[in-house]
Amino acid sequence: MLLETFMPVLLPLISGILVLLARSGGIGLQRVVSLTAVVALILVNLNAMQIAIQLPPQVYALGNWVAPFGIVMVLDKLSATLVLVTSLLAIAALWYAVRQKIDAQGSHFHVLFHIQLFGLNGAFMTGDVFNLFVFFEVLLLASYGLLLHGGGRLKTRAGLHYVALNLVGSTLFLFAVGALYGILGTLNLADMAVKISTLSPADQGVVASAGLMLLLVFGIKAAMFPLYLWLPQAYANTSAPVAALFAIMTKVGLYAIIRIHGTLFGEQAGDLAYIHIPWVLWLGLITLFMAALGAVASRNLREQVAYLVLASVATLLIGIGINNIEAMSATIFYLIHSTLIAGAMFLLADWIRQGRGEAQDEFISAHAMPNAILVGSIFMVAAIAMTGLPPLSGFMGKLLILSSALTHPQFFWILGVVLVSGLLMIIAMARSGSLLFYNVLPEEKCHTIDGKDVCQTPKTLPLNGAASVIGLLSVAIILVVFAKPFHEFTSSAAAQVFDRNLYQQQVLQVQPIANPLKELVE
Amino acid sequence: MEWLISISIGVMTAAGVFLTLRARTFPVVLGLTLLAYAVNVFLFTMGRLNSGLPAVINDVQTQYADPLPQALVLTAIVIAFGMTAFLIVLALKARSELGNDHVDGIHLANDEESLDQLVPPKKATQSAGGER
Repeated sequence: MLLETFMPVLLPLISGILVLLARSGGIGLQRVVSLTAVVALILVNLNAMQIAIQLPPQVYALGNWVAPFGIVMVLDKLSATLVLVTSLLAIAALWYAVRQKIDAQGSHFHVLFHIQLFGLNGAFMTGDVFNLFVFFEVLLLASYGLLLHGGGRLKTRAGLHYVALNLVGSTLFLFAVGALYGILGTLNLADMAVKISTLSPADQGVVASAGLMLLLVFGIKAAMFPLYLWLPQAYANTSAPVAALFAIMTKVGLYAIIRIHGTLFGEQAGDLAYIHIPWVLWLGLITLFMAALGAVASRNLREQVAYLVLASVATLLIGIGINNIEAMSATIFYLIHSTLIAGAMFLLADWIRQGRGEAQDEFISAHAMPNAILVGSIFMVAAIAMTGLPPLSGFMGKLLILSSALTHPQFFWILGVVLVSGLLMIIAMARSGSLLFYNVLPEEKCHTIDGKDVCQTPKTLPLNGAASVIGLLSVAIILVVFAKPFHEFTSSAAAQVFDRNLYQQQVLQVQPIANPLKELVE
Repeated sequence: MEWLISISIGVMTAAGVFLTLRARTFPVVLGLTLLAYAVNVFLFTMGRLNSGLPAVINDVQTQYADPLPQALVLTAIVIAFGMTAFLIVLALKARSELGNDHVDGIHLANDEESLDQLVPPKKATQSAGGER
């Protein structure tokens, strides 16, 4: 019970307050505090990762109230991976926002950013279902502010849908948690799993329906079919660094499915074991196909990237739905890859939007953008990583998921949908790349967009925040070069996810810290 | 009492779902509020309905009222209140920026053009940053 295991949650809260206090020092001071805090968060998360690798799942009991009475934070390999990936994505998004001065477009960008990180890290580490709800609300409220940051008509419209849908999701979450508490009498995840294993048959129906209602809630967060319609508009219309950070938001839903459903409805649950798996698998397959069609049908690059994010979520859902250790390992591997590459892709799309003048990132012919060769080359690397072509890590991730599906009874459907959607996405990206970079208008010719004559693009395109894009994209290379150690790590993380007894044991047997001043109190 | 509570939760949820599916922002806000009320009552009843029981256990008292759902309801009320306040502000913002209170903004096939006439062009140039 080390404080280090709780620091990934505590630090963003403190830094969020510090950034708020630094407001009187102007945006310059806020930027310094904010960037320093995120770098510190990465160090803290690396330390947490080291603890998670060396030790079994570590439990921190808040306020020294032991499980199942108090709220616990659990640090295991999966949650350590996710908090680390979040902080890496966060530093890239934040650096891009600072360099492009997007954070100065409205007030409190940095504060909301840190509270968002607080909510995300809390959701990844909590071992209590109601506390998960609270952290969901924290990250959602921060995300509402970030989504609308900078203002604008389309942002408001997309924001309204996003907020209303997530409020419905929160209500369903409470119904599900209430029903689970009413039957099981506990909110601690490990304790709930124990209670489910000894559930009387009369109560199984209620628990099953509450469990599937929770799947619906996480499906909204993860953008699972048919609940994905909010995602393309919200992601396409918000500012680039926020969209990049939101690449992790869908993964919160996926993580919650792995954590909550994986723990509650594991093998020990008797008749209720794995009730969510068929839903996750088939809805994942449908989502993937719809996302591929959406990517082909997109009218601008940011919408297309949003659909590609959806496709990566769907691939991960399929990985969860295959439901064995190899598939879980591949899922974690692909999750690291897809989150960071999607972030890079949103930032890159913002460059392209800036470089094409009034044509923005619409898929129409425009004049050649400045730095077209450099940006185009980066785009090609990103597209290869995103669509899962060799030699980058997207290919590795998909290969691992597909190879783990070979023994699955539905392997025909899984392989078919994943490969056909992959082909569709490659076609979509090839088409958008050639439209954006090759299909250019001659210099002197004007063309008409929305009734206005457009004759030229900006003379120069300052590639501010290049470190963010290059840094995120280099992950695709690093994951391939060091594929073996990474895969070994994800395999051990997956084994830990499936070792539910160890998780229960660690959580339920945690001892309170002895209070040296107890004699004084008594 | 069980019948009364369950019927009132059901009616509130049904009304909430109906209103949430309306096309104007104000009924949607009302619908979400009703849903939040329904879920609060639902959470409350999950500690089982009983009266006149203490919230703490001692040696004499074997029966007790479960205090946890009350704590949960309190948290849920605060969060729902904050979220609803945010949604109302957002709905007002949408009303002023989109020109009407339809949840999809203006409901025309070419809403871009029609909006240029309704919304002063000042708005569009101010927020050049992330706007399409």
